[in-house]
Amino acid sequence: MFAFISAVFTKNMGALSTGIIGSGAAAVTLLLKLLGMLCLWGGLMNIAEKSGLTDKVRLMLSPVLRLLFPGSSKDSPAMRAVSMNITANLLGLGNAATPFGMEAMKRLKGENHGSLAPSNNMALFVVLNTAALRIVPTTAAVLREAAGAAKPMDILPAVWLSSFCSLAVGIVTAKILEKNL
Amino acid sequence: MVVNITGASDYILPFIAALIVGFGLFKKVPVFECFIEGAKGGLQTVYNLVPAIIALTLGVGMLSASGAFMILGRLFRPLTSLLGIPPEVLPLCLISPISGSGSITVFENILKAYGADSFPGRVASVISGSTETTFYAVTVYYGAAEVKKTRHTIPAALAGDLASFVLSGVFVRLFFGN
Repeated sequence: MFAFISAVFTKNMGALSTGIIGSGAAAVTLLLKLLGMLCLWGGLMNIAEKSGLTDKVRLMLSPVLRLLFPGSSKDSPAMRAVSMNITANLLGLGNAATPFGMEAMKRLKGENHGSLAPSNNMALFVVLNTAALRIVPTTAAVLREAAGAAKPMDILPAVWLSSFCSLAVGIVTAKILEKNL
Repeated sequence: MVVNITGASDYILPFIAALIVGFGLFKKVPVFECFIEGAKGGLQTVYNLVPAIIALTLGVGMLSASGAFMILGRLFRPLTSLLGIPPEVLPLCLISPISGSGSITVFENILKAYGADSFPGRVASVISGSTETTFYAVTVYYGAAEVKKTRHTIPAALAGDLASFVLSGVFVRLFFGN
């Protein structure tokens, strides 16, 4: 609707009708581009999981997690699920991360005596999951490749810094607001 | 100032891939079978994306062909220029907290329109690499825990998103110039 009204104002109706006709084909091309990279990465990550590499990453994370989530003991089922979720996120295993995350939320709710309002730890955990915790931004890279980038991965350092800093902003905001809300 | 460490980024992906396969071989994991099994997961993800991407490509295609994005960009220009966000990536900022498949579509549109190695193209790449679908995550996780209130979750998550939009502009300028 908005597009239609805008086109009336900008006299772009011709372009708009061409846009509609081309969009189906464009969608399929886009999906094909994504397919290759997602399959490749899914395969590699399955190897990482089966070989125990993900467990190693999890161990490295545990000191950080203890700092972020006070009040949950390191070996509690809740923290185990939390660290599995974060590891899966870091490695770009979105599909694996979600079930662990749901499990973690249920366990954290148990630690919060089943209250209908989230505990500070639950809120922080969701904030972590709304930030992009991943080592390789697969989708961004494959779309850059397809769009003819000279080096699709040259954005990596900027992505890491940007997601690390925005994660820090999210955590700090959560820690400040949790006292007042 | 342009910091030149982008050459090193050439090594990152091959290194990670080699590390994973090497470690798998070392642990005597059936590497090929595992790869095939995991790749099926990727196929499943794309399969789930198909209907949404087709619908959204139409929607986003119509919005950009009609000039609606340009109008929006002009409306928000004072705000974006204050924050150092190129106006071309504004549609991505607006959609990325709401819809994952929508932001893939908008992102691809920006790359096509301005080029992957242009300034807006790079900023859009960094934004799409460093944000997640905020409202989706909030819904899924609080839904799973059957918690009705969200307290400070959404303000904190959106603060993180905003930081990533602004910082993407900053870091792309730092690494690549304008």
